[in-house]
Amino acid sequence: MDALMLSRLQFAAATLFHFLFVPLTLGLSVLVAVMETRYVRTGDEEYRRMARFWGRLFLINFAIGVVTGITLEFQFGTNWSRYSAYVGDIFGSLLAIEATLAFFLESTFIGVWIFGWKRLSPRMHALTMWLVAGASTFSAIWILIANAWMQHPVGYVLRNGRAELADFLAVVTQKFAWVEFLHTVSGAYILSGFFVMGVSAWHLLRRNEVPFFTRSFRIGLVFALVFSIFEVVQGHLNGAEVAEAQPTKLAAMESLWETTEGAPMTLFLVPDEAAGRNAVEIGRLPGFLSLLAYHDPKATVKGLNDFPADERPPVLVSFLSFRIMVGLGLLFVLLTVVGWFKRNDLVDSPTYLRIMVWAIPLPYIAIELGWILAEVGRQPWIVYGLMRTSDAVSPVAASQVAVSLAAFVGVYTGLGILAYYLMARYARRGPEPAPAA
Amino acid sequence: MLETIWFIIWGVLWTVYFVLDGFDLGLGALMPALAKTEEEKRTVYNSMGPFWDGNEVWLITAGGVTFAAFPGTYAVMFSTLYAPLLWLLFALIFRGIAMEYRGHMESERWRGFWDLVLSAASFLPALLLGVAFANIFQGVPFDTRGVFHGSLLTLLNPYGLLGGVLFVLLFMVHGCLWLAARSTGALRDRAAALAGRLWWALAAAAVAFFAASWKATSLYANYLAAPALFLIPAVAVAALLATRFFLGQGRWWRAWTASAVTIAGAAFFGVAGLYPALYPSSLDPAATLTAFNSSSSPLTLKIMLGVALVLVPVVIAYQAWTYRTFAAGPAEAGGHEEGY
Repeated sequence: MDALMLSRLQFAAATLFHFLFVPLTLGLSVLVAVMETRYVRTGDEEYRRMARFWGRLFLINFAIGVVTGITLEFQFGTNWSRYSAYVGDIFGSLLAIEATLAFFLESTFIGVWIFGWKRLSPRMHALTMWLVAGASTFSAIWILIANAWMQHPVGYVLRNGRAELADFLAVVTQKFAWVEFLHTVSGAYILSGFFVMGVSAWHLLRRNEVPFFTRSFRIGLVFALVFSIFEVVQGHLNGAEVAEAQPTKLAAMESLWETTEGAPMTLFLVPDEAAGRNAVEIGRLPGFLSLLAYHDPKATVKGLNDFPADERPPVLVSFLSFRIMVGLGLLFVLLTVVGWFKRNDLVDSPTYLRIMVWAIPLPYIAIELGWILAEVGRQPWIVYGLMRTSDAVSPVAASQVAVSLAAFVGVYTGLGILAYYLMARYARRGPEPAPAA
Repeated sequence: MLETIWFIIWGVLWTVYFVLDGFDLGLGALMPALAKTEEEKRTVYNSMGPFWDGNEVWLITAGGVTFAAFPGTYAVMFSTLYAPLLWLLFALIFRGIAMEYRGHMESERWRGFWDLVLSAASFLPALLLGVAFANIFQGVPFDTRGVFHGSLLTLLNPYGLLGGVLFVLLFMVHGCLWLAARSTGALRDRAAALAGRLWWALAAAAVAFFAASWKATSLYANYLAAPALFLIPAVAVAALLATRFFLGQGRWWRAWTASAVTIAGAAFFGVAGLYPALYPSSLDPAATLTAFNSSSSPLTLKIMLGVALVLVPVVIAYQAWTYRTFAAGPAEAGGHEEGY
């Protein structure tokens, strides 16, 4: 394999692994902050125990999220130096703003939270977790503005042989970025809600600490319910935005080959990329794709065959990741709505609780597929329509990248096993015993 | 003008990083020599626990600012230093995990393992950063297309290794003094005694480095052109002597502050000598990347300057608050601190 393909694999491994930990950081920080705030407001010790128990799970997860984030920033320079030189004027500044605005805040106050239980007043201590949660969100905003710029470049001019910033406001206020931000953060909140519900369900099935885990479950449930519904509505907006900005990705997501007026959505199909058509198609819903993409069942959607063959993204990966992600998103609405009706007799709903334990990995899968769709669907472009991925790679030896890729995969596999082993172990052990009254 | 301002900010960010993360890197590397009992180890961890993560972000920001203000340099520097950067990254990954995961299991072997990881993963960044910067000072073999002509061994030349040794010793003395300031009893005595011994090695390495720079680099050209710049190394030398003086008197915080000034002086000695180059090529002067031929557009530099002028003071303010809140008084193994 050449340095390009190896670098792509390395970036994919680094990003997907990093994003196993980021969503829980985003959502659980908010939930822990909510729990601790309730403790400050009510003085109820149980909320303090909740903040500590979920907080410790948060920290195990947080550690990996942070260290794997550092590697991502550096990879742009090590593996994608042509890209860095070409768009650094815009992309680099967004990353630098993220570091100064968000990463400092997050890393400084997580230390304060860990060590501050006795040195700070309860109110101040709860505030530090809000700062961590806010900083994680700021971080997501800037990273997603940067990613959105790769998806839909705006506010630049081509000058001095590179893309230079022409309109900063256009870059940070572009709709694609904010739609992407809402979509990603809602996904993270759903994941965190399911995580809290799943761990709580495990204990409720065993009748451990029933009041503690019933309360925890309900906090996770409300959070996940609200954002699951929001995500379905918002995902639709996201699709419309993709249709507008990235027609090749839209066509690949739906495996639509011919330009069609009143384009259908097909429930099941098998694309034949070499022949430029679908080998199997079952369950056509006429006009649905046009309706979803352009809010008009009659609108024309451009098919893949009307784009040059070397500008089409991989179809099967795009189609499958989109289908499964959407299916899971709908399942999350179903599971949380059922949960809402069962919220008062959770302990007597063992089947539902068992399903919720098994549901823990599902939002992780949905979120990873979302990123695969976003990044693979953008190919062959690293910056959509502006720079090809093949022109972006560093002039480094393939052997060097191969060694580092092997090292990344090895180290990350070990770290992943370690982190989830520790989390599972700690989650099973349950909270510290309540202090004797 | 904007380019020069950003060159200075670039230098300041690296300097702040070395001063802040320097003590926890040095302390982590020396952990096995300093702490004998579990209680002492906990004290060492707790003495740096609330700070190390925030300190490390200065590195991320220094990297981020290189990307934002000098993307040309960022691209070539990071891809030509591919191998050492990956070693640095893996070390930082393991260091963070050691800090965070050590306390999550009640097993002596588990903790012993992470103590070793911490030590190695703290030593390595100190060494690599020293080697990298010394190589930057003397120039790295890359051509005008940004292609590196060499290997990891190219970077491990005598001057590069001398830079590595210098950084390791600077950080170790800095770390011992931090611990001396934040501990009591046998632990503090051991830290102080070690700082005293390492100081002599550091003084020798510093003299050798200043001298070798004369032959190996063209850093002194700027100094000879503007002799006022000699104040920078003079301050570094004075601070190094002051470190020894306060150490002898047992005034730990003053000694630590003097050591911080030594590190800052040493870093700025290089930065001032380098200007306007950020990344000189030893192969072809035309390939050398400077603040002027590798910078971002004036618009980006202006916007980023606005961002930095507003945000960096805020960051300094809240980090200073954490140091005031958490570095007051000695660190303890249990009781007051709960962290790791």
